[in-house]
Amino acid sequence: MSLLFALAGNQNSGKTTLFNRLTGSNQHVGNFPGVTVEKKEGPVKKHPEAVVVDLPGIYSLSPYTSEEIVTRDFVLQEHPDGIINIVDATNIERNLYLSLQLIELGIPMVIALNMMDEVRASGNSIKVKELSAELGIPIVPISAGKNEGIDELIDTAIRVASQKQKPLKYDFCEGEVHKAIHAIAHIVSDQAAEAGLPLRFTATKLVEGDEPTRNLLKLDEDQKHIIDHIVEDMESELGTDREAALADMRYTFIEKACAACVIKHQETREQLRSEKIDAVLTSKFWGIPIFIGIMFFIFWVTFTLLGEPLQNLMDKGIQLFTDGLASLMEMAKISDWLQRLVIDGICAGVGSVLSFLPIIVLLFFFLSLLEDSGYMARVAFVMDKLLRKIGLSGRSFVPMLIGFGCSVPAIMSARTLSSERDRKMTILLTPFMSCSAKLPIYGMIIMAFFPTHRALIMISVYLIGILVAILSGLLLKSTVFKGNPVPFVMELPAYRIPSPRSVLLLMWEKAKDFLRKAFTIIFMAAIVIWFLQSFDLRLNMVTDSSASILAQIGNLIAPLFTPIGFHDWRASTALITGITAKETVVSTLTVLTGAATDAQLAEILGTIFTPLSAYAFLVFTVLYMPCVAAFAASKRELGSWKGAILTSLYQTGAAYVVATIVYQVGRLFIH
Amino acid sequence: MTLDELKPGSSAIIAVVGGEGALRRRLLDMGLTPKTRVTVRKVAPMGDPIELFLRSYVLTIRKDDAANIELVEGSVEKAVKK
Repeated sequence: MSLLFALAGNQNSGKTTLFNRLTGSNQHVGNFPGVTVEKKEGPVKKHPEAVVVDLPGIYSLSPYTSEEIVTRDFVLQEHPDGIINIVDATNIERNLYLSLQLIELGIPMVIALNMMDEVRASGNSIKVKELSAELGIPIVPISAGKNEGIDELIDTAIRVASQKQKPLKYDFCEGEVHKAIHAIAHIVSDQAAEAGLPLRFTATKLVEGDEPTRNLLKLDEDQKHIIDHIVEDMESELGTDREAALADMRYTFIEKACAACVIKHQETREQLRSEKIDAVLTSKFWGIPIFIGIMFFIFWVTFTLLGEPLQNLMDKGIQLFTDGLASLMEMAKISDWLQRLVIDGICAGVGSVLSFLPIIVLLFFFLSLLEDSGYMARVAFVMDKLLRKIGLSGRSFVPMLIGFGCSVPAIMSARTLSSERDRKMTILLTPFMSCSAKLPIYGMIIMAFFPTHRALIMISVYLIGILVAILSGLLLKSTVFKGNPVPFVMELPAYRIPSPRSVLLLMWEKAKDFLRKAFTIIFMAAIVIWFLQSFDLRLNMVTDSSASILAQIGNLIAPLFTPIGFHDWRASTALITGITAKETVVSTLTVLTGAATDAQLAEILGTIFTPLSAYAFLVFTVLYMPCVAAFAASKRELGSWKGAILTSLYQTGAAYVVATIVYQVGRLFIH
Repeated sequence: MTLDELKPGSSAIIAVVGGEGALRRRLLDMGLTPKTRVTVRKVAPMGDPIELFLRSYVLTIRKDDAANIELVEGSVEKAVKK
């Protein structure tokens, strides 16, 4: 018999760690249908018949965020055989708030009481048996980090689910709320059964004023009227509104249960330690300098200390592989065009992207340290004010900053943001942060046109990227992403030492993700670009690249760039190949101009661009759609081709408009 | 008095949680319910948001949102009366 488990719990409750413990590295990562909410699932270790799905970290089953709605839909529609609810024992009151709502779903359930080691080490304790009796469901004390209690948790979950042992209690209310829930349950029992909804959940949600639940029921006007009346009575008796009444009802029950079962002499050591650490890390004076210092350190290690040598090593490895392959094919007398496809097309194309792997893995190493230690939430706290005006929260700050290194991990790291709207906006805006692969382009243009104004040009280009991101944020906030942003009400979890296991697993996961992209989308793109570069319209192989299909396309679209100040097929072709990887813009221009030295290249560039149009060209390259690897990452994170294509169109459109403005306005001043 | 006006380091009891929609619901869900004691721990370096301590955990919210939360100083009994 196969069993399906849902793993639910608050953010920062150790859910990911527990999920890793339950499934080992045997995980399938995807998205829930139609939303950019991550869905992970995998078979339970040693119990292949049991599959566990990791639901998003949420605090309540309210109908407001896509994470909460996904959780509700999953539990109500997929009918899991059991719910494993992870509860942070050091923060038990707030964690049990979700538990009470999950219990109402009437599905066999077990609570995994996590971080019990910390509770005990601080001299506090929880009477597990008594609490279990209060809640009417089994509770297993565990420590996901120390791998304690996991086997017992699995056994209990499987027992409860296979025996279909539903929660024993649903009544956590008293007085007026109790009366209202019971009266409404009585009225809607038929409709709830018809709609396949658990009765208790339905009744509570109706009292709470939950629109989605109300819409699922086929209630007649009379029933609606009576329900409204019951709720109004309750509200006037209590002197408060329905939502506050139910939140109060749940917390009152929890406070009572905790007073009886939780023995707490002091905050845990981790909490006390966190307060001391925060006295420095989020202090008025040191908060921002320390954050800047940490980010500089991360960038220095990633790009200079380790990234460059590793990238060179990777390049050498790829070169060796390519050379070996080339001589093998030579020996096997494989036809010329196939050799060129493999060497010039696939090896060169995929290779140039693959050499970014070390940087991406390193960045994810640091990102997971920031996230798992609890520091990422502090960054959000410190930087929130800066991002608020463009409709984002401080949570988006680090992904955007990583964008200055490489858009790929930046887009991938948007997954840790807790709201879908923020994720989408961050994915869209991050590529405006000029990535490191664009540096060779700036170098080339500066060398040719502005050798004495290096710093000025660089800074202005970066600033234009940031400015366009800000303007886009303002624009999107009032159009596509109109409506209330998800409120910034965020927990600052206690600092914890990240588990090496989780960090390694995440790095491996992201590396795999990137490699998969490299050998699918990027592989295809490399072949397509190679084909366009190597053949003419009659499908004959060309020796002179100016006769290739790509050159024809470059020629065809060249007039489009007249408003930006350049009208040359070599420039437009370079912009197209730049989509495979940004630094390709430089190599394409070098090849197409036939320049043998930098000085020659500079000279020929002088015939293609004026200094002003060269600058407009730079502005265009900063802003237009990111490389295929970043495109593939946004396709994966947004969960749709449409989203990724629209995003790229927007970015390219913004590039076109801004570059045109730069050129046309510039012309008014420079003759 | 509202929560955004409470000085860092001091605490009070929540009387009423105002506002509406997703924000208000989130505040309630996170345990900012009437009769709960809440402490303001600090203000972020740029002057906003603020760091709160309640129900044995640390929460951060923006000042604008904190302005929806009315407080009473002193004991829980006073809050109930109000």
